[in-house]
Amino acid sequence: MCTYITEKVAVEGSAKGADGWFALTHATAYVDHPVHAPFGHTVNIDFLAPERGPSARVAVELTEEDARALVGAITRALAAAPPGIASREQ
Amino acid sequence: MEAGTITITGHEGDEIEAYLARPTGRAAFGGMVVIHHLPGYDAGTKEIVRRFAAEGYAALCPNLYSRQAPGASPDDAAAFVRAQGGIRDEQLVGDVDGAARHLRGLPGATGKVGVIGYCSGGRHSFLAACSLQLDAAVDCYGACVVNPPPAGFPLAVEPLIGLAPQLSCPLLGLFGADDKFPSPEETATLSAELDRLGKPHEFHTYDGAGHAFFSVDRPAYRPEAAVDGWAKIFAFLGTHLAG
Repeated sequence: MCTYITEKVAVEGSAKGADGWFALTHATAYVDHPVHAPFGHTVNIDFLAPERGPSARVAVELTEEDARALVGAITRALAAAPPGIASREQ
Repeated sequence: MEAGTITITGHEGDEIEAYLARPTGRAAFGGMVVIHHLPGYDAGTKEIVRRFAAEGYAALCPNLYSRQAPGASPDDAAAFVRAQGGIRDEQLVGDVDGAARHLRGLPGATGKVGVIGYCSGGRHSFLAACSLQLDAAVDCYGACVVNPPPAGFPLAVEPLIGLAPQLSCPLLGLFGADDKFPSPEETATLSAELDRLGKPHEFHTYDGAGHAFFSVDRPAYRPEAAVDGWAKIFAFLGTHLAG
């Protein structure tokens, strides 16, 4: 189904898009139809810098299982590193 | 046929991008407004526009994301608009009205205009047909026409069944039996309400098909349902847009 519900967070960091690296300001996550992945629905994550326009976007489309696995991987990677080492306040 | 990108006047006089295809060498033709799905004004939708022209209709698809993301690729535009909460129903109606007016003004136009939409565009097609004077409407698996969004998905869209008394034209509905949004129960409710109101409609629900069974480049594609669905569409238009 088509849902307009989009989880949106402000982020600080960078992403590499079609035109090279750019500074990020936001990321969004939503469950909906993918553009490219061969499934009916996927977990879609966009890394964005809206003030740079719609094309400042790095997009991924993941299965539900793999999105959860990615969340776990991020959590484990952070747990294995000294607290604060990758913080905004490092 | 001739096909290409043009500019039309949409909601509140906004100049928006649109994709037009029309038959050549034909004395008179009806028009179809094609409403793109949530993923945007993409190559698949433009192919649908050309298909109508190949069958003898002028067809026009307004880029609903033209204002917010001019010139962006369809997927980037869709993500950008989505992050802003999508488009308002009244804007959709205004853009379809602008597209219908453009079609009626084409040299050779009969003045009869229908509307078709897929997925979110199916809901939009019903909305347009209840808001504008049209001659035919096709709803391909539009959700949230009858039921509110499911629990846990507080969508920014409202059911439309309350608008059914204003439905201005015959409605063709094409649905998948395995679809959950809309479910067969939901489309049966809509059919019963249209029966009660005396609104002409023709619904078909295909076994073995779910949501988006017309999408030739998606795993949801179901050739038997899609081929029969296209035949039903052109038979319906032949009845209601001819002459």
